[in-house]
Amino acid sequence: MNAPALPASLIENPRLDRWIRFLPDRTVRIATGKVEIGQGVVTAIGQIAADELDVPLDRVVVLSGDTDAGPDELYTTSSLSIEVSGGSVRLVCAEVRAKATERAALRLNCSPSDLSIEGGQFLQNGAATGQDYWSVAAEIDLSQNVTGTALVKPASSYTVVGQSVPRIDLPAKLSGAAFVHDVLPPDVLHARTLRQPSRGATLTALDEAAIRRAAKGELQIVREANFVAFVSPVESVAQAAAVAAERYATWRNVRPIAPAEQEAHWLKDQPAEDRHIGAPPQTTPPKNLARITVSRPYVAHASMAPSCALVRFHDGHLTVRSHGQGMHPLRKNLATALNLPIEAITAQHLHGAGCYGHNGADDAALDASLVAIRIPDRWIRLQWRREEEFAFEPVGPAMLVTLHVDLNDKGRPTDWTTEIWSPTHVQRPGSGSGYLLATEALANPPPEVEPFDPPEARGGGGTRNAVPIYDVAAHRILHHLVRRPPVRTSALRGLGALPNVYAIEMLIDELAAKAGEDPVAYRLSILSEKRARRIVELVAERANWKARGAGGSGKGLGLAMARYKNRAAYAAVVASVTVQETVKVDRVWCVADAGLVVNPDGALNQLEGGIIQAVSWTLKEQVKLDAQGIASRDWDSYPILRFSEVPEMEAEFVDGAGNPPLGVGECTVGPTAAAIGNAVAHALGVRIHDMPLTRERVMAALLKT
Amino acid sequence: MDIAFTVNGVARSVEASETASLLDILRNRLGLMGTRYGCGLEQCGSCVVLVDGQPTYACTREIGTVAKRSVMTVEGLGSADKPHPIQQAFLDEQAGQCGYCLSGIVMATKALLDRNPSPSRADIIAALDKHLCRCGAHQRILRAVERAAASLRGAT
Repeated sequence: MNAPALPASLIENPRLDRWIRFLPDRTVRIATGKVEIGQGVVTAIGQIAADELDVPLDRVVVLSGDTDAGPDELYTTSSLSIEVSGGSVRLVCAEVRAKATERAALRLNCSPSDLSIEGGQFLQNGAATGQDYWSVAAEIDLSQNVTGTALVKPASSYTVVGQSVPRIDLPAKLSGAAFVHDVLPPDVLHARTLRQPSRGATLTALDEAAIRRAAKGELQIVREANFVAFVSPVESVAQAAAVAAERYATWRNVRPIAPAEQEAHWLKDQPAEDRHIGAPPQTTPPKNLARITVSRPYVAHASMAPSCALVRFHDGHLTVRSHGQGMHPLRKNLATALNLPIEAITAQHLHGAGCYGHNGADDAALDASLVAIRIPDRWIRLQWRREEEFAFEPVGPAMLVTLHVDLNDKGRPTDWTTEIWSPTHVQRPGSGSGYLLATEALANPPPEVEPFDPPEARGGGGTRNAVPIYDVAAHRILHHLVRRPPVRTSALRGLGALPNVYAIEMLIDELAAKAGEDPVAYRLSILSEKRARRIVELVAERANWKARGAGGSGKGLGLAMARYKNRAAYAAVVASVTVQETVKVDRVWCVADAGLVVNPDGALNQLEGGIIQAVSWTLKEQVKLDAQGIASRDWDSYPILRFSEVPEMEAEFVDGAGNPPLGVGECTVGPTAAAIGNAVAHALGVRIHDMPLTRERVMAALLKT
Repeated sequence: MDIAFTVNGVARSVEASETASLLDILRNRLGLMGTRYGCGLEQCGSCVVLVDGQPTYACTREIGTVAKRSVMTVEGLGSADKPHPIQQAFLDEQAGQCGYCLSGIVMATKALLDRNPSPSRADIIAALDKHLCRCGAHQRILRAVERAAASLRGAT
């Protein structure tokens, strides 16, 4: 029998001891390359290990994001952690369990099949043997490579997986120090930066004397080419220096930006790399063409905390503590940027505020490293200013989507074209299309790259969820990857899924209206996938869809569904809205199918969080530009959803029905946005195609009625 | 100058400029890291502590104005091992994701429940509306405050 195909993480990190170690304090340490970003992954990975080893959960310690001791699993992205890292941990634990059982059987002079494990102890015919994992651990060779041939437990025997387990990291966060921001080694130096306004801008003058006067305290100014940092034992001094520096710096060659560039519709006329994916062009003229164009603007990650890193350079070795989404990639990128051998860098993850994608975390780590190398043997705590986080983090790209759909005489789609204009969705450093920010400010900046998007095999970027889940004979994507957006763009929760699902699900409602049919009935008539049908039917039932009524009254009910990436979790959402001058989302119902759910309450938290974030994006959020770049640099100019605006919610998972786990972090965002769009159309009798659905857009739409 | 005030029931004195922020003093001088910097502009609520029982933005509150007053931070409420009923209610509801906003919200909850032991949903929303949560844990947080209120009423 051939060995089963291993998850990518195990192919890259085959040694068992990269994943598991039995520690003298009678705990077992499981290492993962995926990191905690508020999504509860560390707890869920611990549950998987506890079940597969039959060790109590409180004996499992999860080490997350450590380049010295843990596996390289790239970035924590795309709702893949449970499938890929969880799947790897499961195989490793099954294999180690088998090895440990063999050793215990040898000691006990019995057959491995005579032994069972309970609470980490080996039992023979149900009786204690005095042997446990820790007594035999020294005899297990964990330097061997995983084979993936050990039998994993059947899901039906799980006792920890599938149970709602409280997050292990929350108690500290509710009561004291918990984040990288909160670590203050003795003698730490605080640092802030002055940012190069745009790539290619040169710092022609910096009035250091004036900055020192404004800083009012002990201050070192670290300057290399167009990178400047202010360093002080007193945090407020470093902060004051950086704030003052904005006034005392003179820049040349700042790239001018026109405010019009902030709108998604600006993308349409820009130079782009054009791709045609899927069915060949339609040869016969369309019989009955339906069209829709929707847009989403640039959106900020808007993390609650500005990015921060803690770095020390000592004896030629750089130790980096960061809240980035991947410590191994960060280590490689720092080695390149700093021209250090990779072995000279250790990167360790510490918690940060939720990031929802690629924010300033990695960039802050390079900033701190640049300072640390120039001021060795001291811990450097570098934190971005609030306005710096808003202005210089990569933002979620604007996107324009047009659907051209040909219909048969029953009003069902037969030929479907999704046309997309968008800048790249991924410029993670090391991906080939992006750099750590400060490299552009140093002497000899790396050449500007031609941006590219993740390939469709990995879910695509702008094309994510561009293929409808419905039964359509021919489908194609025309992707215009816009080369030079006005701002740096990168991964934001869901990538292109939100605008694509918004377009698809709004059009489906229009097609239903054209056919004179109920939107749910119409959907089900062109939806063969059983798991998708089931959640649409269920969410309609939960929301009492049958009582929906004709609409046009200012109150609306809308439904939308998608399977994230067409391969992760399914989510169907109904939104109930009240539209007066503004849109208020009153209630959201969500039914999701994620197969086996490791930590149901934790996963539910992810559904709920995705829904609220998507409500916020859909109703309120847009990054604003002015001639200097991003103009929305605080929470007043970049408002997000507040307690008084959040909807009531009822979210649930359907029974996993023996299906393997599917990532849930991003599955709700597209359906939520589209359900709101459909509910607003139901309430007003007219559609709003451009997000966010602001007061101005509501008023303009009302004028059309 | 020396500024004397009470933090979490303990008399403290710090040598500092009167205009230094309370947040800076709490974190960098007193090592109380549970109060967090979010914006420095009174816009997000991450830094909220109680000064004489009133929810206060520590990021802009000048330390000189805190002299002789009583400050309470999340550390004064309870610890990970011995959580206060409010913290316990947040744990029971798993009311949070990244957790960065929670200490400010927990302190605003403390002030609310001290003032109004039986708040309505609308009262809670009004008390928390200046606090931002980016992860979308709002509904859980609202339930946690209701649970905390019930728990505290039961305890007295």
